[in-house]
Amino acid sequence: MPVEPILSLKQVTKRFGGLTVADQVSFDVPQGSRMALIGPNGAGKTTLFNLMSGVYPLDGGSIWLEGRQIDGLPSRQRIGAGLSRSFQNIRLMPHLSVIENVMLGQHAKASGLGDLMTPILWQRAGRWRQMAIERLEAAGIDVHPDAEVSSLPYGVRKKIEVVRALMSSPSLLMLDEPAAGLNPRETAELSAFLKDVAADGVTLLVVEHDMSFVHDLCERTVVLNFGRLIYNGATRSVQDDAAVREAYLGSRRVAGDGGDRAA
Amino acid sequence: MSGYASGIVAILCINLIFAYAIFVTAAAGQLNLGGAGFQAIGAYAAAWLSSSAHMPANVTIPLAILASALVGFVISFPVLRTRGVYMVLATFAFGQFVSGFLLRSPTFGGAIGMVVADYIGVGALVICAVVTTLLVFFLMASRLGLAIRSIHDDELVSTIMGVNVRAVQVAMFTLGGALAGLSGALYAHHFSFVEAQYFNSLLSIYVLLFVLIGGTQTAWGPLVGSLFFTLLPELMRVGGSWRYVVFGVVIVLMMVLRPQGIVTRALVARLSPRNWWPASSRAATRVSDAG
Ligand SMILES: Nc1ncnc2c1ncn2[C@@H]1O[C@H](COP(=O)(O)OP(=O)(O)OP(=O)(O)O)[C@@H](O)[C@H]1O
Ligand SMILES: [Mg+2]
Repeated sequence: MPVEPILSLKQVTKRFGGLTVADQVSFDVPQGSRMALIGPNGAGKTTLFNLMSGVYPLDGGSIWLEGRQIDGLPSRQRIGAGLSRSFQNIRLMPHLSVIENVMLGQHAKASGLGDLMTPILWQRAGRWRQMAIERLEAAGIDVHPDAEVSSLPYGVRKKIEVVRALMSSPSLLMLDEPAAGLNPRETAELSAFLKDVAADGVTLLVVEHDMSFVHDLCERTVVLNFGRLIYNGATRSVQDDAAVREAYLGSRRVAGDGGDRAA
Repeated sequence: MSGYASGIVAILCINLIFAYAIFVTAAAGQLNLGGAGFQAIGAYAAAWLSSSAHMPANVTIPLAILASALVGFVISFPVLRTRGVYMVLATFAFGQFVSGFLLRSPTFGGAIGMVVADYIGVGALVICAVVTTLLVFFLMASRLGLAIRSIHDDELVSTIMGVNVRAVQVAMFTLGGALAGLSGALYAHHFSFVEAQYFNSLLSIYVLLFVLIGGTQTAWGPLVGSLFFTLLPELMRVGGSWRYVVFGVVIVLMMVLRPQGIVTRALVARLSPRNWWPASSRAATRVSDAG
């Protein structure tokens, strides 16, 4: 079926000093797809996420979300445009509780002074809190809503970050290594949860090193190496691609011979 | 109430409002070491309007709040361009500028100070302190309060979550200015006299210190902090000049043992009646028809 891309990168370029970390990167993420963005360490995957979420300005090219050019939008307006993300290193707010962190994710949906001045932390049965609790439960996170996030196991914090990113009802959810540090059971649960999320109409773009996770979740993959796009196609044939094998071998890592891991 | 007790209550109310002024910016991660400057603006605005323009306190106080809020708003733009210790220094310089200006200004009585015509009693101070406290508790329970605390923890992630970080910070400087101005105006009308020497850098340091020691994560912090700082020196009166030494040691100990302040969010959650019976509170937060 013909699908419009939800996200289009056109000739996206970024330099840090003399280092070109995104070199005319162009690719589309089809609407409703589950797409992986992979590449060796330092390839520029996180940088590309930062460019999409507006952490730094582009040095060239453009980014389009649902037909609208977003690279000129201030960073805080991109979540409202439909783009939400998680972070490679967990960046939950350390002094907010679990439920408060998740409710922060709703900020972009709160509109006007009325919503801003609603005492959501006093409303034990308010709709904002209910929505947050429902999402936590759907993700299988069984912790006390008032718990300190720093006291929770790594895998749980990682999941809470995904839930926080979902609270804005994004059309595109970008996850930066969501399975890193999870045990095999947690990884399988995360994959199943993300499939449910995608089934609800959220497009996924996932940076991940765990190739079995990528194979399980993503039908399409783009590969980045030294800031350049070297592969854009089906996940199942990514490891047969000469350029991809070369890229991983070049960084002394094997792109999952036997099909499980590309560190 | 004896004169001594009512004097302590008055100072406590003024300190509490002043503490909330510094708290609202500190909760968003900005340290204001120019508190006395904002308080002085409120105090002198009220004093001048009362004595020279012969206005009653119910007119001078709102105008004093407006004046210091406006200064807070304007000052926030240059101040928010700085970070960390530079912000502390910038706000400190602002406080020094205000007291220096007042000391040299004949309009405001210079070093002699000003007598304030209209007197307000301790009852009005208590009402203002209670209203301010409720207002800040409400603010911190709101979505805006959540955004304020998020900015304190991580400005970049807050921005990505859609928070207009700069607007919130400017708003908090303005609100902080307003509250400091209120505390100053109440001081002027209650003690009937203002002098620039009172609004000195030590006062700015103390108020910031007791806000940080009380804790900046919840609205309980300034309540505990200002109680502590108003009452502790009184309790130690018997110790003569040694009380300053004890006071200093207590402050250092607090900072070493509890750098996040006396009251934290986790402590409030633990003490909350909801969490006295973990099992039932947990059931109460469950959604019956989830899924
Ligand atoms: N803010 C920055 N300033 C300068 N250089 C940077 C900055 N951010 C990233 N880089 C550099 O850009 C390159 C790409 O980094 P990036 O984090 O995007 O890689 P990555 O593909 O996410 O790697 P990993 O798999 O290790 O997470 C690296 O060489 C990195 O050192
Ligand atoms: Mg990365």
